[in-house]
Amino acid sequence: MYEILRKETLSDAVKLMVVSAPAVARKAQPGQFVIVRTDEYGERIPLTIADFDAEAGTITIILQEAGKSTLQMGRMQQGEAFATFTGPLGHPTEIACFGTVVCVGGGVGIAPVYPIARALRDAGNAVISIIGARNRELLFWEDRMRDVSDELIVCTDDGSYGRKSLVTGPLKEILEQRRHEIARIWAIGPAIMMKFVSLTTEPYGVATIVSLNTIMIDGTGMCGGCRVVLEEGAQFVCVDGPEFDGHKVDWDILLARQRFYQEEERAAIRRWEHICRLQHAAAEGG
Amino acid sequence: MPGLTQRQRMSIPRQGMPEQDPQVRSANFDEVALGFTEELAKREADRCIQCARPHCVEGCPVGVLIPEFLSALRDGDMLGAVRAMKVNNSLAAVCGRVCPQEVQCEQTCVLARKGEPVAIGRLERYVGDYELARRTCPLQRAPATGKQVAVVGSGPAGLACAVDVARQGHRVVLFESLHSAGGVLVYGIPEFRLPKSVVRGEIDYAAECLGIEVRVDHVIGRILTTQELIEEYDAVFLGTGAGLPSFLRIPGINLNGVMSANEFLTRVNLMKAYRFPEYDTPVRVGRRVAVVGAGNVAMDAARCSLRLQRLRSLSASESGDEVHVVYRRSRVEVPARAEEVHHAEQEGVIFDFLTSPVEILGDASLGVAGMRCIRMVLGEPDSSGRRRPVPVQGSEFEIDVDTVIFALGTSPNPLVFLGSPGLERTKWGTVVADEQTGRTTVRGVWAGGDVVTGAATVVSAMGAGRRAAADIVGYLQDVPETW
Repeated sequence: MYEILRKETLSDAVKLMVVSAPAVARKAQPGQFVIVRTDEYGERIPLTIADFDAEAGTITIILQEAGKSTLQMGRMQQGEAFATFTGPLGHPTEIACFGTVVCVGGGVGIAPVYPIARALRDAGNAVISIIGARNRELLFWEDRMRDVSDELIVCTDDGSYGRKSLVTGPLKEILEQRRHEIARIWAIGPAIMMKFVSLTTEPYGVATIVSLNTIMIDGTGMCGGCRVVLEEGAQFVCVDGPEFDGHKVDWDILLARQRFYQEEERAAIRRWEHICRLQHAAAEGG
Repeated sequence: MPGLTQRQRMSIPRQGMPEQDPQVRSANFDEVALGFTEELAKREADRCIQCARPHCVEGCPVGVLIPEFLSALRDGDMLGAVRAMKVNNSLAAVCGRVCPQEVQCEQTCVLARKGEPVAIGRLERYVGDYELARRTCPLQRAPATGKQVAVVGSGPAGLACAVDVARQGHRVVLFESLHSAGGVLVYGIPEFRLPKSVVRGEIDYAAECLGIEVRVDHVIGRILTTQELIEEYDAVFLGTGAGLPSFLRIPGINLNGVMSANEFLTRVNLMKAYRFPEYDTPVRVGRRVAVVGAGNVAMDAARCSLRLQRLRSLSASESGDEVHVVYRRSRVEVPARAEEVHHAEQEGVIFDFLTSPVEILGDASLGVAGMRCIRMVLGEPDSSGRRRPVPVQGSEFEIDVDTVIFALGTSPNPLVFLGSPGLERTKWGTVVADEQTGRTTVRGVWAGGDVVTGAATVVSAMGAGRRAAADIVGYLQDVPETW
C-alpha cells in the first residue's frame, strides 16, 4: 500500500498528493508516469509524475477530478493509501542544453511540465514557460513555474487571471518574433490543446514534444489499448512514449479513442454520485 | 477399489465431467467444469491399470507421479494422493484445469490405444482442489541456506521455479509487474476456465509454506533493472512470458472497437470488467464481434464476448448478437484445444474458416463499421507443417461487425531487458537459453517459459521453470568457476 503523506487542494477539482513510494522515487525522472489504483475495485489510471524526491521516497501527483476514479481519488485523505502505485513508467524526457526552449502547460498539464522545465533549466537552457487554464480557479503552481523559468506567461481562457487567451496565442507571438531562438517546445495538457499547439508550431518548423495520456491498463506494453497513430505507424504510449513528436501524431484518431468509453464513464459517475449522496444522507441521519 | 481385475477396470467407462448447462453458463462467468465428486473420482481412478512401465508420466512436462497418485486415489487414500502429487507439482488445481492433457499424459495413457484414456487431468484437479480446501500436506522447506534468488514474473514459469528453489531453503523474492500475482493465469485465462480464487489459493499456500516474498507492482526494467538484481541476488530467473500483442498489418486497426485479445482479456479477467460498474474498469463489446485467430486465447476472447453480450441482453432483450471466430485455415488446423472449441460451439460461437481479414472499415466517428475479408484455400504445407492458406482472387466480401479482437499470438516484452546488457536474444525477441538448464548468456541469469519459447502452454512453462530451478539449486550448492 502506498500512503498519502500530504494532500493539497489546488482548486475545487484539482488535488495534489505526495505519496510514499520509495522504490519508485529512487528511479523517477521527468516525463515519466505512474499507474495508480485506489482499491480492489479500482481502475488502473496513468498519472504523470509532477515531482519526485528520492531522499524522502515520495512521488507527487496532481489529479483533476473528471471521471469516477479521479473523483474518488480526490476524496482520499492524508493517511489513506493507494492499492497500486506502479512506476516509474515510460521513457524519461530527453534533457540536454538545446538553447532556448518553450514549456507549455495547460490545466492539470502544468504539473508534469514543471519537472521538465526545471530539468531543462538546470541543463542550461533559457526556459520560456506558458501556463494556462480555463479560469483562475484551475490555475496552480504559478510560483513554482516562475522559479524555473526565465520568462513566464500566464493566461486563462476567460480572462479571470493573467492574459485572456488560449496558450496558443502567446506561443504564436513568440514564434513570430523569435523563431530562430527557439530550439524546442514541450506541450502538456488536454489532447485538444496539444493538437492546437502542434498545429501552431508546425509552420515554424520547431520541434514540438507532447506527452500523451491515453486509455491504458497495464502500462507495460501488454494491452495495446494506448496505441497512438504516428506518421510511421502505431506506437504504444506506455512503452514508446509518453512523449512524441506532436507534428506526427494523428490527433483525430487520438481524440476519438479517448472518447471510446465516454458512455461508461458517465454511468460510473452517476452511480458514484448516487453512492456519495446515500453516504451523506446516512451520515446526516446518524 | 483394490479387488478389481484388469478386465473389470478396463470395462469401466471414462467418467464425464459435470458441467454447467451451455445455455445457463453462456450468461455467467462461473466455472464451466464443476469438478468430480468423490464417487466419480474413485470410479475414474479405478480405471487405471497401473502399468508396469507407465507412459503417462513420459507425457507430462513436469513428470507428475501419475500412477502413484492414482493408486492412492483408488485406495481412497487422499493424503497419499496429495503427497504423491506434490512431489513434482505444487499447482495441481491449476494444471488440472488448463493443461492440454489430450496431447500429454492422456495421449500416452495405454488405455487410449483401444479406448478412452484415464481422465488424469480431471483427477489431478480433484486432488488439487481437495488440498487447497484442506491443506493437509504443506510444502516443506529445507533449513535456510542464506542464499537469495530473484524470480521475475509470477506466471507459471516463475511460480514453478520459485517453489522448487524455495523448497531447498533459499530465500526467494518473486517480482510481478501487475498488482496481482499469477501472470497469464490471472490476466489471460478467464474465470470460467480457471477461477481466480484457485490461482490465489495456490500461490498464497505455496508462498506461506515456503516463505516466498511476493512483490507486486514491480516492473523490472524500470523500478529495478535485471542488472541490479544480478548484483543483489545469488541467482536471477526470468519468467516474464510473452506479453506483447500482435495486430494484423491491415487498414483500420486503430479504429475504436478494435483491440488486442490481451487488452480485452485483461479488462475482463484481471480488472473484472464483467462486473462493471461494481468494478471501475469498463469493457465494450458490440452486437457483432469478430475474434481473429483460433488459438486458446481466441477461444477465451470469443467466449468472454459471448457472455458479455448475454449478460447485457438479460437486462435489455436484444437479438442479433453474434460472436464469430475468423480463421484463415480450416477446422483441422485450429490450434486451440478440442475441448475449448467444443465448449465455444456449444455456447453459440460461430466459426468462419478459410477467411482472412483484409481491411477493417470505419464509420464517421472512427468506430468499426464492418470488416472486409477474403476467402482462402489450403495449398502446400509451409514450414510449420500445416497447409498454407492462399487467398482466392476476387473473393472479397464484407462481414457486418462492430468489434474486432485480435488473438494472433504474442511475443516477449522487452522491458525486462532495459539496462541489462549481454542478455542475448533471437530475432523474435525471445531470450537465448539452454533448453535443459535454462541458462542464458549472462552468468547467474536463467530464463524459461514463453520468454524463451514464445507463446506456449502453462505446463510447458512450468516444466522450464522447474528445470531451471534444479540447475539453480545445483549451481548455488557449489558455485562453479565457469558458466
